[in-house]
Amino acid sequence: MTKTYIELRLFATLSKKAPESGTRYPIQPGTSVKTILDRLEIAPEEAKLLFVNGVKSDPETKLYGGERVGVFPPVGGG
Amino acid sequence: MTSDLTAEINSRKIELKRRDGREISCIGIESISELSGTTGRCAVEKKSLEAGIVPFRYARNMDTISSENQIRLLESTAAVVGLGGLGGYVTEILARTGVGNLILIDGDVFDETNLNRQLFCTEGAIGKSKVESAAERVYSINASVNVKTYHEWLSAGNAVDLLAGGQVVIDCLDSVEARFVVSNAAEKLGIPMITAAVAGTAGQAATIYPGDGGLERIYGNQHEHSGGAEDALGCLPYTVMLIAALECTEAVKIISGEKPGLKDRLFIMDLADYTFETMQLISP
Repeated sequence: MTKTYIELRLFATLSKKAPESGTRYPIQPGTSVKTILDRLEIAPEEAKLLFVNGVKSDPETKLYGGERVGVFPPVGGG
Repeated sequence: MTSDLTAEINSRKIELKRRDGREISCIGIESISELSGTTGRCAVEKKSLEAGIVPFRYARNMDTISSENQIRLLESTAAVVGLGGLGGYVTEILARTGVGNLILIDGDVFDETNLNRQLFCTEGAIGKSKVESAAERVYSINASVNVKTYHEWLSAGNAVDLLAGGQVVIDCLDSVEARFVVSNAAEKLGIPMITAAVAGTAGQAATIYPGDGGLERIYGNQHEHSGGAEDALGCLPYTVMLIAALECTEAVKIISGEKPGLKDRLFIMDLADYTFETMQLISP
């Protein structure tokens, strides 16, 4: 299987879980967002807002390389 | 009577040369106050704008906020829920923009931990009601603004009553749970809600119209919530101020009858790396 890359952005409290590879994150084509979150030890309740290519998406979304993936935790301060 | 007022306004107008060389007619606070009589200052300002005479305080808003839209703003009512970090800046901006009627709701008093970011929190205001301090500030900036204050917590029981009359509600609260109370009430009242939240250097903002799916589009199920990222990251003044300004931009657009920029969208930012993005929201 050919390895491909996504652009992964983790925001706020999640930024400390960002992989060492930075925003260029290697995946196997067909990997779901959930698999990536599990690998990075990000719990589902920490990742309520998932964006793939700028559109809100769910954890089952499959990635094939080149996508921009953003993960935002619940934020409620003011 | 009305034409008399217009004649009085015209007799007191002063020509102002704008920086672009154009001349406009303006009127000052003193004249507005003298003419306010039984009608109040707001009515004099509206009448002036209708006659093409701009109160000096709005002279620098032209042409971005037209006289027509300034009248709309003066006639409008915005409800601000939460008078802390976001709410302080939101109230300040709306008062300066000339939103004519403000409903301010917060049951809290200032404490020392508010000094890092809450505009109306001064050392002298510790222990004082947040809405009372806000109302004093609004009066000192723009006495034409009519302010209604509620020094009580918004709850599922009182939300619809307190927000009634508002054309738009601006959520400036500080926890995820409390925001759902505003969202549910706005849905019942059929009014748009502008919502925003921060944590550390990260922030978000969106506009939700009735029928859009409420806050669940952003936060998921309202009954499955604990604390947000702010519990660990806190609330920083520059993040709060920036996000509050976005809420006001949306409020002015909505009141002016323009298309809001954040309907069905969520603005997110993180000042840690200067990320600014607007994401497309989908129905839950």
